[in-house]
Amino acid sequence: MKPAPFDYVSPATIDEACFALAEAGGGAAILAGGQTLLPLLNLRMSQPFIVIDINKIAQLAGIARGDGCTCIGPMTRQCEVITSEALARDLPVLVQAVRHVGHHQTRNRGTVGGSIALGEPAAELPAVAVALDATIEARSTRGTRRIPAGEFYLGPYMTSLEADELLTGISIPDWPRGHITLFREVTRRPGDFALLGMVGALSVEGGKIVRAGLAWFGMGPTPLRAKAAEQMLLGRSLDAFDPEAVAARAVAETAPFDDHHAGAEYRRTVGRRIFARMLREGLGIGAAA
Amino acid sequence: MSRHPVEMTLNGRRHAGDVEARVSLADFLRDDAGYTGVHLGCEHGVCGACTVIVDGKAVRSCLMLAVQADGAQVTTVEGLAAPDGTLHPVQQVMLDEHALQCGFCTPGVLMTLAALTNDEAGPSETQLLAALSGHICRCTGYQGIRRAARKLADPDRGEKP
Repeated sequence: MKPAPFDYVSPATIDEACFALAEAGGGAAILAGGQTLLPLLNLRMSQPFIVIDINKIAQLAGIARGDGCTCIGPMTRQCEVITSEALARDLPVLVQAVRHVGHHQTRNRGTVGGSIALGEPAAELPAVAVALDATIEARSTRGTRRIPAGEFYLGPYMTSLEADELLTGISIPDWPRGHITLFREVTRRPGDFALLGMVGALSVEGGKIVRAGLAWFGMGPTPLRAKAAEQMLLGRSLDAFDPEAVAARAVAETAPFDDHHAGAEYRRTVGRRIFARMLREGLGIGAAA
Repeated sequence: MSRHPVEMTLNGRRHAGDVEARVSLADFLRDDAGYTGVHLGCEHGVCGACTVIVDGKAVRSCLMLAVQADGAQVTTVEGLAAPDGTLHPVQQVMLDEHALQCGFCTPGVLMTLAALTNDEAGPSETQLLAALSGHICRCTGYQGIRRAARKLADPDRGEKP
């Protein structure tokens, strides 16, 4: 065994989990799918004195219809997203994105809420939450908060969740039937963290773009909403804009890093290309060049 | 540091133990239950050698605590062949296609392919090949493993004279 010693509890209800979190006073780690926590424990990069396993809390799993939204329990496994008929119908872009999270074997344990709460800047699911205006519900013994995804991510692996708060729900507003889903990422190998990517949705009525939600991942310290690019798209006719110009504007809003995987300039260049191509393919616009 | 009783159905038999919370399922299977066919490579979920089947699904046993498998049905590579030694179809096809050399990654690959082929629907070639991305093999260059996976999806393939 590799992790430092820790205590372990597996509460059966949200209230019990919140109580355990409050008691731990910041020294706890929440164990959801474990596909990130266990490596961190094995590497001793994380040394909590207590691990609170939320796998037995039935209330935290499952996909349900809400009022004008889809509610996803944080313990919903990534493999369940891929096979969900409801999500294929209502939130196809989430299904598309989840296929790129880790590998088949890690998706069998990994959860939607785990990925969203971790806040890895290059991860797909936080970007989906930001692009589609998800609301994140957090509970503690102090009460319940509903946090817009746009305000949830503060920096790499930093979220606005307090140490005593548990992520208890993710709700994503509906998009009209037949909306356009956009997803593209660049990875060295399937299942690796993306070097960069873009995810989102567009809705078109009467030949005009009437709704847009787009976010980058791997292009800054958090997932980044492409706000200026969305503004450029809204109200436009499909034949009246230049995807290259929108892509250039979208990249101008990012703050990519230089790291040992790729340089910032590479990320900007490739980001511009994939964004323009994604728009052309998604909207069925002929290739410019 | 807490200790916990665990009891699981392991390769069809009851197996009980008493573990520290920090013991991974992989270590429990190897050290407590003696199933050393569970191979540990990276111990952080990348290499796939430790893959076992828990409640019907292929998972990384290095990324699960033993205590979490309490009450679960767990199958390791030792549980694949029939009691009389007849190989599981996945083992047979890996043998036929020369899909291994040193054998270190093999138990993990077998468990992923076995979990998928045990599904009632029957996996597509695309599903099987995509699931192989979760395994690292440093010997074979993967082609034998891919042939085996394709043959599992379509058993008639390559059997014509």
